[in-house]
Amino acid sequence: MLELRNVTAGYGAFTALWDVTLAVERGEAVAVVGPNGAGKTTLLRVISGVIAPRGGDFVFEDAPLGGRPAHEIVAHGIAHVPEGRRLFPALTVTENLKMGAFLRSARKDFRDSLERVYALFPVLAERHRQRAGSLSGGEQQMLAVGRALMSRPRLILFDEPSMGLAPVMVLRLFDLIRRVREEGYTILIVEQNVRQVLKLVDRAYLLEVGRVKMHGRAAELSEQDFVRKAYVGL
Amino acid sequence: MIDPIFLLEAAVNGIMLGGVLALLALGLNLIFGVLDVVWIAYVDLVMVSMYAVYFTVMVYGWPLWLGGLAGVALGVVLGLLVHVLIITPILDSPPVNQLLATGGLLFFIQSFATFLWTTDHRSVRIALPPLEIAGIFVSYARLISFVLSIAVMIGLYLFLTRTYIGTAMRAVSQDRGAMALMGANPQRVYLVTSAVGGAMAGVAAVLLSIQYSVHPYFGAAFGPITFMICVLGGLGNMVGAFVASFIMSEIIAIGGVVWSTEMGYVIAFALFIVMMFVRPGGIFARRQ
Amino acid sequence: MSATPGRIAFATVVAFLGIAPFLPMAGMKQYMLHVVIQIFIWTFIGQAWSLMGRFGLVSLGHGAFLGIGAYATTLLWNFYGLTPWIGSLVAVALAVVMAFLVAYPCSRFGIIGHYFALTTLAVGEVVRLLIIAERDWTGGSLGVTLKAAGDASFIALQYADKQVWYYVGLVLWLAGLWVWARLDRSMARAAMEAIGEDETAAASVGIRVTRFKLWLTVLSAALTALGGVAYAQYITYVNPETLSGIGVSLRIVFAVVLGGMYSLLGPTVGTALTIALSEWLRIVFGVKFIGMAETIYGLLLVIFIIFLPAGIYGSLADLVRRRRRPAAAPATA
Ligand SMILES: Nc1ncnc2c1ncn2[C@@H]1O[C@H](COP(=O)(O)OP(=O)(O)OP(=O)(O)O)[C@@H](O)[C@H]1O
Ligand SMILES: [Mg+2]
Repeated sequence: MLELRNVTAGYGAFTALWDVTLAVERGEAVAVVGPNGAGKTTLLRVISGVIAPRGGDFVFEDAPLGGRPAHEIVAHGIAHVPEGRRLFPALTVTENLKMGAFLRSARKDFRDSLERVYALFPVLAERHRQRAGSLSGGEQQMLAVGRALMSRPRLILFDEPSMGLAPVMVLRLFDLIRRVREEGYTILIVEQNVRQVLKLVDRAYLLEVGRVKMHGRAAELSEQDFVRKAYVGL
Repeated sequence: MIDPIFLLEAAVNGIMLGGVLALLALGLNLIFGVLDVVWIAYVDLVMVSMYAVYFTVMVYGWPLWLGGLAGVALGVVLGLLVHVLIITPILDSPPVNQLLATGGLLFFIQSFATFLWTTDHRSVRIALPPLEIAGIFVSYARLISFVLSIAVMIGLYLFLTRTYIGTAMRAVSQDRGAMALMGANPQRVYLVTSAVGGAMAGVAAVLLSIQYSVHPYFGAAFGPITFMICVLGGLGNMVGAFVASFIMSEIIAIGGVVWSTEMGYVIAFALFIVMMFVRPGGIFARRQ
Repeated sequence: MSATPGRIAFATVVAFLGIAPFLPMAGMKQYMLHVVIQIFIWTFIGQAWSLMGRFGLVSLGHGAFLGIGAYATTLLWNFYGLTPWIGSLVAVALAVVMAFLVAYPCSRFGIIGHYFALTTLAVGEVVRLLIIAERDWTGGSLGVTLKAAGDASFIALQYADKQVWYYVGLVLWLAGLWVWARLDRSMARAAMEAIGEDETAAASVGIRVTRFKLWLTVLSAALTALGGVAYAQYITYVNPETLSGIGVSLRIVFAVVLGGMYSLLGPTVGTALTIALSEWLRIVFGVKFIGMAETIYGLLLVIFIIFLPAGIYGSLADLVRRRRRPAAAPATA
C-alpha cells in the first residue's frame, strides 16, 4: 500500500533521513521506534507532505507522491495525527472535526463520519461544543485521532500519540488505537512507548540517526536482546 | 455647557459611524489573523473603491445599487491583487518589510489617485432627508449604512462559523501548518481571505460613499483609526474589533461635538495608548 | 588586509571626509547643495530610527519626535523669541518625556512586533492631530513660517547661506555615524541583539530588557527631535504633513530599510537614494503631472522591498562577503 524506497530528507543543509526503505501493507499496523532525534517525525512528515524528500521514491497505492504538497496527499487517503496534536484550540470540538473533513470528498459524509467518531470516542460527543483548548490532554488526543478519521483515510500516521499522557491514559489510548485498527484502517505509528506499541502492531522498524537499523515482525523484534535492552527496558 | 440633546445626537451618530468602522476593522483583522500581515494601505483600497462608486454613479449614471456592486467587486479584485503581487513574495520576510511593502502601496495609491483625479473632493449626492426621532436628527444615509454594515457583519459571522472555508480561515489563524494536513491548500485559504478582506473594504467603501466625499487622502483620514481599533480589540480578534469600533467612534463623535473633530481623534488615540498599557493584548485578551 | 564590508564602509567614510569639507567650495550648485544637506539631515534622522529598528523595535511614529522637535523650537522662537539653541533643549526634553511615556509601558508590558509598530503609529497621529487642532498656535495644516531673524543669524540659528548648513549637516551626519558605531561596538551589543531575537532567553540571562529598550527609545527620540530642529531651522517652515504623521514616519523607515539597517552606511545609502530618487522624479515630472513622481516613488519602494529584502547596502555587503570567500559558497545545487 505504502512504499518508500531509499528516501532521503532533511532540513536546510542538515540531513535527517538517509536511504530509508519501508513498506506498509494494506490492513497492517506498523511501528517506527527509535531514540530521540532519530528522524521518526521527519519520516512521517515526508509521507504526509509537510516536507519534500530530497531523493528516493515514495509510492502510495500505485501513485507516486514524493514531493506532493500536504493538502494533496491527504486527498490520496493518508491522514496524519501530528506530534503535539496540533488542534485548533479556539475552535469547538465539532469544528475541529469539521476541519478534519475539509476535503471535498469527505464533506458529503460529514454527518456519518461524525457519528462514527462520536461512537468511538463518546466523551467527544459530550463535549462537542467545548473549545478544543479546554479539553484534558487525553481528550485532546482523542480529538486529534478523531479529526484524522474524519477525512476518511485509508492510512493513518500517528506521531507519539501517548506523549504527555498519564500511564493509565496511555493504556486506554492504545486500546482506542486498537479499535481504530479493527475498523479496518492501516496504521503507521511512531512511539516511544516501545513495549506497548510492539503489542499493538504487526511489524516494526527501528530507526537510528536517520537510518533503518533493523526491522521485522513485532514479536521477533521484541525478543531481540538489543531492542529489549535499549528500548523495552527489560 | 453643551445642550444634552447635541450630546445624544452625537452619541447616536457615533454608533452609526461605529458600524462602518467595524467593517473596516474586521476586514483588516481578518487578514491579519490569517496571514499575520498588516495591510497598511487597507483604507486606501477603500478609497479606490469609493472612486469606483463615484464614477459609475455620478459620471456614468448607473443606479446606486449597481455602482455599489461595482465598488464591492473592485474591492475583491484589489484584495486579490495585493495578495498575489505584493504579499505572496514577502510572506516569509520580517514584519518590517511587510509593513513597508504595503506602506509603499499606500504612497502609490494616494499619489496615483492624485495624479488621475486631482485632490478635489467628490461626493455621491443622494438627496435623503434627515430623520427626526424624538427631537434627534439622524442622517438617513448614516442609518442605512449602519443597518447594512450590521447585516454584512452578520453575514461575515455566518461565513466564518458555518462554512468550511470560513472555519478553515479561523483555523489557519490558530495553526498555520495543521490546516494543510486537513487537506486545505494554504494558498487558497490566503486568497479567499484576501478576497473577503477586499470585499469588506468594498462594502465599507460603498457605505462611506453615501456619507462622505472621496479624495486621494481619504485613507490617511480613516487608516490610523482603523489600525487602532484592531489593536485595541486585539489583532485578529473579531469580537474585540467589533466592540472597539463602537468605543472609538463614540469618543470621536462626542469629542467632536464637545471640542473639535481633531481633538476627538486625539482623545481616541490617547485612550488607545492608555489602553495598550492596561491591556496590551487588546480589551478582550486573556491574561497569561 | 582583506576587504570586509565593515572595513570598506570605514574606508569610504574616511575617504569622503577627506574631500567633504571642500566640496561646497568647488562651486557646487545651490540646488546640489540643497539636496546634499537634506541627505545629511534625513540620514541623521534615519540613523536615529535605526538605533531602535535594528533591535526589533519597529517604530512607525518617529514623525512624533520629529514634529515635537521642529514645532517646539519654531513656536518658542516665534512667540517668545527664545533662541533655538535653548529651544532645541526644550524640544529634546519634550521628545524624551514623550518617548519615556510610550516606551516605559511598552517594554514593561511586552508590547512588541506589530503591536509596537501600530502603537507608535498612533503616537505619531496624536502629535499630528494635536498640531492641526491647535491651529491658533501652529497654523494648523497650513503650517507656520519661522520668523525671520534679521541680523541675529547666530541667535536665531537661521542662515541663508547653504554652505553653513552643509557643514551643520555634515557634523550631524558624522555624529549619527559615531553614535551608531558606538552602540554597535558597545558591550551591550550582543545582549541587545539577543533581545531583538528572543525576549525570554535574554531576560533569563539577566539582561534588563526594560532598561535597554527604554534607553534606546529615549536616545532615538532625542536624536530624532534634534533632526527635526535642524530641518525646521534649515527650511524655516514647518507643517504637520512633512514633519509628523504616518507619511514622514514611513519615509524614514523606508530609507533605512532600503539601505539596510544592520550596517553602518545603510541609513546613509538608503536616504541618499530615496532623496535623490524623489528629487529626480520631481524634476522629471515637474508640476505638470502632479502625483506622478510620488506614484513612481511608491511603486519603486514596493519593488525594492520585494526584491531586495536585506536592503541595498545589505545585499551589496553580502555580495562582497561572497566574493571574498567563494569556497564558502554552498556546494549544493
Ligand atoms: N524543523 C527542523 N529544522 C531543522 N532540523 C530539524 C527540524 N526538525 C527536526 N530537525 C532535526 O532532525 C533530526 C530528526 O528529528 P525528528 O524530529 O525527526 O526526530 P524524532 O525521531 O521524531 O525525535 P523525537 O523522538 O524527539 O520526537 C533531529 O536531529 C532534529 O534536530
Ligand atoms: Mg518526533
